[in-house]
Amino acid sequence: MMRISCPWCGKRDQDEFQFGGEAHIERPANTVGMSDTEWADYLFYRENPMGVHLERWAHSFGCRQWFNVARNTVTHEISEVYLMGEQPGARRQKSGEDANDQAR
Amino acid sequence: MTRPGENSARLAEGGLISRDKIINFQFNGKGYRGYEGDTLASALLANGVKVFGRSFKYHRPRGVFSAGEEEPCALVEIGEGNARVPTSRAPVVPLSEGLVSNSQNCWPSIDFDVGRVIDFTHALWPAGFYNKTFKWPSWHTWEGMIRKSAGLGRPLTGPDPDHYEHVNAHCDLLICGGGPAGLAAALTAGRSGIRVMLVEQSGDFGGVLNAERIQLNHKAGYEWARGAITELEGLDNVMLLPGTTVSGVYDHNVTTLLQTGHNTSWRECYWTVRPGHILLTTGSIEQGLIFPNNDRPGIMLAGAVRHYLNRFAVKPGDKVIVATNNDSAYQTVFDLAHSNVEVSAIIDIRDEINDSLRRRLSGLGTEIMSSARISDTRGTKGINSVRIEGLDGKDLGSRDCDLLAVSGGWAPRVHLLAHAGGRLRFDKASQSFLPGDLPNDISIAGSANGTADLVETFAEAERAAHAICDSLGASSKPLQAPEVTTGIVESRSVSPMRLDTTKHRQWIDFAHDVTFGDAELAVREGFVSVEHFKRYTTTGMSVDQGKTGNLNAFIVLGALTGRETGDVGTTTFRPPYSPVTAGAIVGRNVSEFYAPRRYLPAHTVHQRLNARFEDYDWQRPDCYPRQGETPEDAIQREARMVRTSVGVFDNSPIGKLEVRGPDAAEFLNRIYMNNVLTLKPGRARYGLMLNENGIIIDDGVFVRMADDHFLVHATSAGVARIASMMEKWLQCEWMELQVTVDDMTSQWANFTIAGPRARDVLAALGTDIDISTESLPHMAMATGTVTGIDARVVRVSFSGELSFEVNVPARFGAGFFEAILESGKAFDITPYGIETLMLLRTEKGYLHVGSDTDGSSTPDDVGWGHVARKKAADYIGKRSLFREGNMEPGRKQLVGLEPLDPKQAVRPGAHLLIGKDRQAPAETDGWITSAAYSPNLDRQIALGVLKDGREKDGEFLTVCDEDQRFNVKVVSPVFFDPENLRLKG
Repeated sequence: MMRISCPWCGKRDQDEFQFGGEAHIERPANTVGMSDTEWADYLFYRENPMGVHLERWAHSFGCRQWFNVARNTVTHEISEVYLMGEQPGARRQKSGEDANDQAR
Repeated sequence: MTRPGENSARLAEGGLISRDKIINFQFNGKGYRGYEGDTLASALLANGVKVFGRSFKYHRPRGVFSAGEEEPCALVEIGEGNARVPTSRAPVVPLSEGLVSNSQNCWPSIDFDVGRVIDFTHALWPAGFYNKTFKWPSWHTWEGMIRKSAGLGRPLTGPDPDHYEHVNAHCDLLICGGGPAGLAAALTAGRSGIRVMLVEQSGDFGGVLNAERIQLNHKAGYEWARGAITELEGLDNVMLLPGTTVSGVYDHNVTTLLQTGHNTSWRECYWTVRPGHILLTTGSIEQGLIFPNNDRPGIMLAGAVRHYLNRFAVKPGDKVIVATNNDSAYQTVFDLAHSNVEVSAIIDIRDEINDSLRRRLSGLGTEIMSSARISDTRGTKGINSVRIEGLDGKDLGSRDCDLLAVSGGWAPRVHLLAHAGGRLRFDKASQSFLPGDLPNDISIAGSANGTADLVETFAEAERAAHAICDSLGASSKPLQAPEVTTGIVESRSVSPMRLDTTKHRQWIDFAHDVTFGDAELAVREGFVSVEHFKRYTTTGMSVDQGKTGNLNAFIVLGALTGRETGDVGTTTFRPPYSPVTAGAIVGRNVSEFYAPRRYLPAHTVHQRLNARFEDYDWQRPDCYPRQGETPEDAIQREARMVRTSVGVFDNSPIGKLEVRGPDAAEFLNRIYMNNVLTLKPGRARYGLMLNENGIIIDDGVFVRMADDHFLVHATSAGVARIASMMEKWLQCEWMELQVTVDDMTSQWANFTIAGPRARDVLAALGTDIDISTESLPHMAMATGTVTGIDARVVRVSFSGELSFEVNVPARFGAGFFEAILESGKAFDITPYGIETLMLLRTEKGYLHVGSDTDGSSTPDDVGWGHVARKKAADYIGKRSLFREGNMEPGRKQLVGLEPLDPKQAVRPGAHLLIGKDRQAPAETDGWITSAAYSPNLDRQIALGVLKDGREKDGEFLTVCDEDQRFNVKVVSPVFFDPENLRLKG
């Protein structure tokens, strides 16, 4: 069971959160004009890295806010937690500080 | 007066037992006595008991092999009735007054077991034999026999009478293992002030200090341990947990513990700990040796012999032979000599024996036979002799013995490290797997780290503790570890075993009765990877998880396949470390505490009306049977009354999501298939929500209260899901929309008043709302007061009758329901339940998402295709509706069905074949999705999905319901009031 740092509430058990799939997905503005292949790509194709995965989590049993997480799919190490709408790496960490420990 | 055998093996002095506290207990129906401080194993050994049980497959007599939780042979039943615990490991069962224990897997008795015939016919039952029985004649032939004889313990047949608890904890440092390393680290870290938890599996701290004749500062090692515990008990920042096994290490080092209760109201307590750091001081496990007939009672690990001797003052034998591949077994010879037990020989596989050991042995009368190994043993109910040979196979004669102490080296307890993703490397010198790369925030020290030397163990543990304190900014002082004034012979110069590979009946796993012959067979059949080998032979898969034998099994696999042991690797270590009771994991979440019950605001009123409740995520009435009525009678009566006069239904759980903001309409327009923008304030519309695949996920009514205020009636069981979906869109992608979503479901009680007299009831209740059909038409809403209470009234109907849904604040729910019943008396009002509502909506052909739809149903399938296609704006799922698969002919479409025999019972799930009197087998053309006997039409009706159903109106179908066949006709799904005249009232 992972421990995830909600940007608002701090480090909590994974049980308090809901997983929301790959981050930075944008629903296309004009779906009707898309070909079947383009539509399938949006619906079904997702990154599947053996390493850092950028993904969405919601603190469903806490503040109910969605945020972004960089998690290693092999070790489950969480290297970064950043707000919805931000890009990874925007909040530069001081060396030695656990990104997952930072609460807002 | 002592009976023969009683206490015959107990030494007159010594041991960490209280000889003044006698304990009476039973084993296999016989009474025995032991002392406080004994385990079940030590007490039975003291009483001369040799045979503890029968082995898993061959039913061979087995004794005690070890002195700890790694025990593979002495697996017994403890207790009786529903509190019985099968397959308990006798060396870790503390002796208690009145304990009842029994052997397992033997019939009719431990001494004469019919199952032993499998041993005598062993050639027929190699590993995986049952897989081969699948070939001929049929596996069912063998199934009954295999099921009956499989297994080891007897399962329970009733509910567990015991309680279990859960605890959550946090700490800076979790120390796993309370032997010398663990105690040294706990003192160092505890004195610095950081929060420490020290966990020890056995009832006492001290580890090897309790089992071996070690002296620290010239005093018994266990005295030092007790002193350490006394100091630790005095530190507020240190928590001591004896009798607690570290069960598993999970992501982010979250760790579970299983604590045994003694004189507590709970039997076990399951801890979830969130440590900053973990220090593993788990020690190591002695391995056995592989040789023919190496499983007999009286064959015991050399360290276990010392443990019984030193800690419990029990000598497990009088004529002892020792067999070994390393130095540590020599300590057993010295300890036995100290208690005047002679060891006639030590059989050492190595050529070169350490000089100082030779010298110490020379005065003791023990012969050293080097370059030698055991070639066979005899004695069914207890070993009575061994045969010895040189490594070249030359016979070296036989020796009498009643105890054979074996040592195959030591395997560090690295399980928890592996759980956490730590890597292991094979070390040739110690012939064992040692820790390699450590994961973050995990350290390891002592013999678990391959450190055999006790002085170095103290130093290593202290260093680890200092490093952890440093990282936390706490200052820690030097430990000043005690001096090891008397040590023991450590495990050095481990030599690999040399097996006689011509002999099949040498055991590599006792608990699952796996032999060397099985290992060879696995390799012959191609199961050479360590994970395949394990599963083919079942080595290491029993309750002991191969703790005393896996290392040897991997070494054997390497030898059989010409690989280095390091290349063979280990199988994956998974939690739990030892068996965990299911009850401990569940804790208190049983019976009424399994899940919270949700009650309607008017629950007590429903009770008074004799409602039959069912769990629909809320406790809701199915129907209200009167005196003498069956539920079916009640449903028929209620359905008739609703259409004849008026009924009242408690719909309080209906989802009430308030969607507000300047962009609320735009937002909902993207969520719903239907056009939301054109809905005027004060009006309601029925809508479908789709997922991006175009599949219907919810249907329901949404109400526009104002330009920027909507009420979304999500389905009661899916409210949280729908609200969550909405939040996700708003927070993650459509952040430019100004919308809030609030789940107000439990804030409002909701009652549907439905039927020809519905308006009369509402008027009788008294309201300031104009409820005339002109002012409040079908699918309109109004706010005001009803019987003086603030209310929202919506004209919406799931029954197909004139219907008003009245919402009042939940705290008025019960009283309001009473008021409706009172006002409705004059109009014969009937309360009706969910089953009745389902019948009514079936009569009207109204959809029930999840019954009439499934994971493949699109709007067009259920007759809403024209609305889906008409909407110009984009919405969730729209693009998918234009996929080929969603537009092609042959899709299953919603239809109504009438059996030709109007009284023919119809069941949902029955399949449909196009045409009269069709036969199966055939490809299905659809199935029945809803069915009911309609009291209003006096016939059976049904809904179903049928291939191209809308083109088949008037055609006949065959219904296939298991073996039953009957014919139905395709009709319009709107059976009752097809013009919807009642709705428009």
